[in-house]
Amino acid sequence: MAERVLMKGNEAIAEAAIRAGCRHYFGYPITPQTEVAAYMAKRLPKIEGGVFLQAESEIASINMVYGAAAAGFRVMTSSSSPGISLKSEGLSYIAGSDIPAFVVNIQRGGPGLGGIQPSQSDYFQATKGGGHGDYRMIVLAPASVQEMASLTVKGFNLADKYLMTAMILADGTIGQMMEPITFEDVQVEIYDKPWALSGTKMQRKHNIVNSLYLKSDELEQKNFERYERYKIVEENEVLYEAYRMEDAEICVVAFGIASRVAKNAVAAARKEGVKVGLIRPITLWPFPSKALRQAADQVKSFVCVELNMGQMIEDVRLAAECTRPVSLCNRAGGMIPSPGQVLESIRKAQKGEM
Amino acid sequence: MAIVFQKPHALTDAVLHYCPGCPHGIIHRLVAEAIDNLGIEGEAIGVAPVGCAVMAYDYFACDMIEAAHGRAPATATGIKRCRPDNIVFTYQGDGDLASIGMAETVHAAARNENITVIFVNNAIYGMTGGQMAPTSLPGQVTQTSPYGRDVNHCGWPIRVCELLATLEGPEYIARVAVNNVKNVKAAGKAIQKAFQNQMDKKGFSLIEVVSACPTNWGMTPQKALEWVESDMIPYYPLGVYKDRTAAKEAEAK
Repeated sequence: MAERVLMKGNEAIAEAAIRAGCRHYFGYPITPQTEVAAYMAKRLPKIEGGVFLQAESEIASINMVYGAAAAGFRVMTSSSSPGISLKSEGLSYIAGSDIPAFVVNIQRGGPGLGGIQPSQSDYFQATKGGGHGDYRMIVLAPASVQEMASLTVKGFNLADKYLMTAMILADGTIGQMMEPITFEDVQVEIYDKPWALSGTKMQRKHNIVNSLYLKSDELEQKNFERYERYKIVEENEVLYEAYRMEDAEICVVAFGIASRVAKNAVAAARKEGVKVGLIRPITLWPFPSKALRQAADQVKSFVCVELNMGQMIEDVRLAAECTRPVSLCNRAGGMIPSPGQVLESIRKAQKGEM
Repeated sequence: MAIVFQKPHALTDAVLHYCPGCPHGIIHRLVAEAIDNLGIEGEAIGVAPVGCAVMAYDYFACDMIEAAHGRAPATATGIKRCRPDNIVFTYQGDGDLASIGMAETVHAAARNENITVIFVNNAIYGMTGGQMAPTSLPGQVTQTSPYGRDVNHCGWPIRVCELLATLEGPEYIARVAVNNVKNVKAAGKAIQKAFQNQMDKKGFSLIEVVSACPTNWGMTPQKALEWVESDMIPYYPLGVYKDRTAAKEAEAK
């Protein structure tokens, strides 16, 4: 049997990153992602080639990531909502330079300084941009400590495969809670990086990592090419979980910690005889739009459960193409809906009260 | 026939986009000559700034990266921490290094990050058309200080070398100029030393090059170089502000 260890979600990310071949971590302190940095600070200096460096700011840390990624290394940073805002400029540069990076956002309530309790209010920021310009990130939403680890490994692999940033979009709850996990499914994929800055050794033409294209037609072409690549990601990398959807008339949609609350509510509603299921997007980008469009042919309505003022709900509406009503069951600012609140929303949907 | 003068190998054949009379060409050449002299082109990785030198990645023949505005020392840190055996340098202007990127500059110096920083101070934002820089002189007329820099309103110009020399961290901090042949030669030596220090793993070396911007100063190239001598250098005195190794050697004697 595989070895099972009890870990915090944040520590699971750090350990999984090391196992995925990440030897460089650049970060800046912020709650509630502290354990990621603390774990890396302890482990990386003890590993050959390992570097943990606390940067002077979130801005500096993402630009260190930019440099390290450009050098061809697996590298990461982690932060929480206000810190990700500061990193967003760097994320835009990384996207514009088409290099891989791995970033963790353990979300807290906002806007502004907000609070330090769990939230999902950076969904827009993660899936729609955050930084300037046309770009996407692969956004992975773990719902357990096990997934914090497995999606971290997946994130590093996908980032290298598609030359883009992969982001873990989790929240303070999953970051802080402990669950038993295994690392047996760690599979590191290795990709060649001929574009990396390694020194020409006087053997090749110089490599340039750059996002500046002053000729508009050239810049347009770069954008077109990037979006061709994004299209492949959308076709091949969508992940979601369907729970009790086989005969469902109502579809609850929730990701991350909200999906665990929602699952309890779905089970409770099933006991009352309500035909309800759950679709849990695991990749928030690419979003499981096809699965939701198919669900729309089957169900009467959707209920979105979110820890924000209703962000993913916009993508659910778009996926359903306005064929079915979509209601919102939410808490914000660090509050988490109870299974009872979600159950009540399911009952209302069953009665057609939206 | 004997070759008496040629383009350094570490410069590409790309045509420089700089304005007529701009000393960036001289400074690029000095950096490239240092790289040639030390035989490190194959190991060098350069970090270009946002500013007039933004396209330096096309001019230097070594591997290059274009950093976000002011973040070159952080980007260089990321590269160097991954590839400690490569030679990593940044090439930055005054707005980039001393305004938006001051935090990255100070902290890279404080960490004694083993990189080489070439800091071109021409007292103005050139690329965007001549706005006031953190190093614009008191009274200096720019697009955003049309009545002259009023220090009571927007503060005093920053002397970067003097500031960094107060830190325990950095190895070597020096200010040079490129307004005449003598100064150009001295600048070349200082730049080469800044690269040599990195090869010797001594740590952070910054060379401030007092430069000119004829276009945005509204002067002929000749007049601009005279203004460097008459106005810039008195405010930004040339010299070595910190040299840890030399200080240690002096102490040992």
